[in-house]
Amino acid sequence: MASPQATATDRPAPEAPPALRAAARRKKLVPYWLLLPGILWLLVFFAAPLVYQASTSVQTGSLEEGFEVTWHFATYWDAATEYYPQFLRSVGYAATATAGCLALGYPLAYLIALKAGRWRNLLMILVIAPFFTSFLIRTLAWKTILSDGGPVVSALNSLHVLGLTDALGITEGHRVLATPLAVVCGLTYNFLPFMILPLYTSLERIDPRLLEAAGDLYAKPITTFRKVTFPLSMPGVVAGTLLTFIPATGDYINAELLGSTDQKMIGNVIQSQFLRVLDYPTAAALSFILMAAILAMVTLYIRKSGTEDLV
Amino acid sequence: MTAPSGLSRVTRWLRRNLVVIAGLTTLGYLMLPNVIVTVFSFNKPNGRFNYEWQRFSTDAWTDPCGVADLCGSLSLSLQIAVWATLGSTVLGTMIAFALARYRFRARSSVSTLLFLPMAMPEVVMAASLATLFLNMGVTFGFWTILIAHIMFCLSFVVTAVKARVMSMDPRLEQAAQDLYATPLQTFLRVTLPIAAPGIAAGALLSFALSFDDFIITNFNAGSTVTFPMFVWGSAQRGTPVQINVIGTAMFVIAVLCVLVGQLAGGRRKRS
Repeated sequence: MASPQATATDRPAPEAPPALRAAARRKKLVPYWLLLPGILWLLVFFAAPLVYQASTSVQTGSLEEGFEVTWHFATYWDAATEYYPQFLRSVGYAATATAGCLALGYPLAYLIALKAGRWRNLLMILVIAPFFTSFLIRTLAWKTILSDGGPVVSALNSLHVLGLTDALGITEGHRVLATPLAVVCGLTYNFLPFMILPLYTSLERIDPRLLEAAGDLYAKPITTFRKVTFPLSMPGVVAGTLLTFIPATGDYINAELLGSTDQKMIGNVIQSQFLRVLDYPTAAALSFILMAAILAMVTLYIRKSGTEDLV
Repeated sequence: MTAPSGLSRVTRWLRRNLVVIAGLTTLGYLMLPNVIVTVFSFNKPNGRFNYEWQRFSTDAWTDPCGVADLCGSLSLSLQIAVWATLGSTVLGTMIAFALARYRFRARSSVSTLLFLPMAMPEVVMAASLATLFLNMGVTFGFWTILIAHIMFCLSFVVTAVKARVMSMDPRLEQAAQDLYATPLQTFLRVTLPIAAPGIAAGALLSFALSFDDFIITNFNAGSTVTFPMFVWGSAQRGTPVQINVIGTAMFVIAVLCVLVGQLAGGRRKRS
């Protein structure tokens, strides 16, 4: 006789009657039925498109005559040589914005996680609340904030900051809009919450007794931060930088709304090749180069920061 | 000992409160555009663009749908967000339960497939999916947008729900079964209520992601105009003040919902 427990395990005892064995087999299929619709959705609308994209990138032809796979790998070479400035610019802007997010986001995450006390919930709501206004509207607001006659530009001008940044090539003609500074400022703003939230999560997990112990052992506050707090928050730093850097590299909204033609990023090129020029092979090749470049950089970064198991 | 001079007292105060000052500065940076959006919803601009302050007016607030196509695009975005939330929450919750509760083959491939959409630049996904639709001869519009939104929301739902189900005590379900609950009763009365906060978080996230999505929609919408697409277009044609009204209203409504939720949660905890 099979004991009642036999149905609970995956493998019924050999003498189990056929009905129980069938039930066990059905039970084994449950996870596959649960996975099926969602995974199918991802396979058809996420994985298959990537394959299509790969085949498009080696096609030649025109919109009128149709496109054909001709294994024309030269598209990659042409795209890379023609648009490498936009690639470099994207990586540069995204890296600067990520560094800016870390510099701005860390103090706020630290404040909320370790110092806010009963204000914690309110501060958290204030961090998330801006999300509720469409990000395009908020990005357009930067046009007002950074406008040529506005208080920010006037203040920076009277402090002669813009003269200095003009000389460094970050701004141009004593204005901020339509310069690299405006685009990086917009990117930093848009992706800041993606940095703050993982930082907050990992800082909040730190046992405050560890920080007290460091103080008891005569560590100065700065030493405590350098030797205890920061290393313990590394998972948040890694997650936050990835969540900021990856979308920022592919972004084209900030460059379009706040920049000029000299600040076009690779996302702008892909968008216009696909939606305006209708040169699908070039758009596909550029997407693949972007994807490969990001994957390579992210893998290298995760290796270096030594937190492979955490991502 | 001499009394510290005024200057050194100021520097000492600054040093002690450095984190607070820096943190609140960042918060100001985050909030500033929302303040501008709200203030400029009461502006009466001279030209087509609402970037410079002219004079106070409540015209836009009394006539929020006064701009052609604006409220149509808003209602389209809301519809898409509702359906995308529904679709991705159901599919994502199923996957999350499979991952959290069962052992099966191809587990790591499934995890990779779920992780990739979150780790890929949106523009790559957007262009690929549009390529597929183009090749299949599908007409772009409501359905292509919905399909795309469910696709990219799915992984976020799985992450939210899985975390909750994983932290659930399996003995609660065993106890239900020991008390002769059928599997269906156990699921409806025990499992689902415990998983509910995770599912709700996933659903909320999907709604926000779908409602605010621009890049993927830009590639897969054809000539259909969602609310973000309307704002994008207006940046070229002229920004009506009504955009700010809707941005402000969404912000206020969402903050009110959060506050009410917080108060209700606090009261429940106390009672």
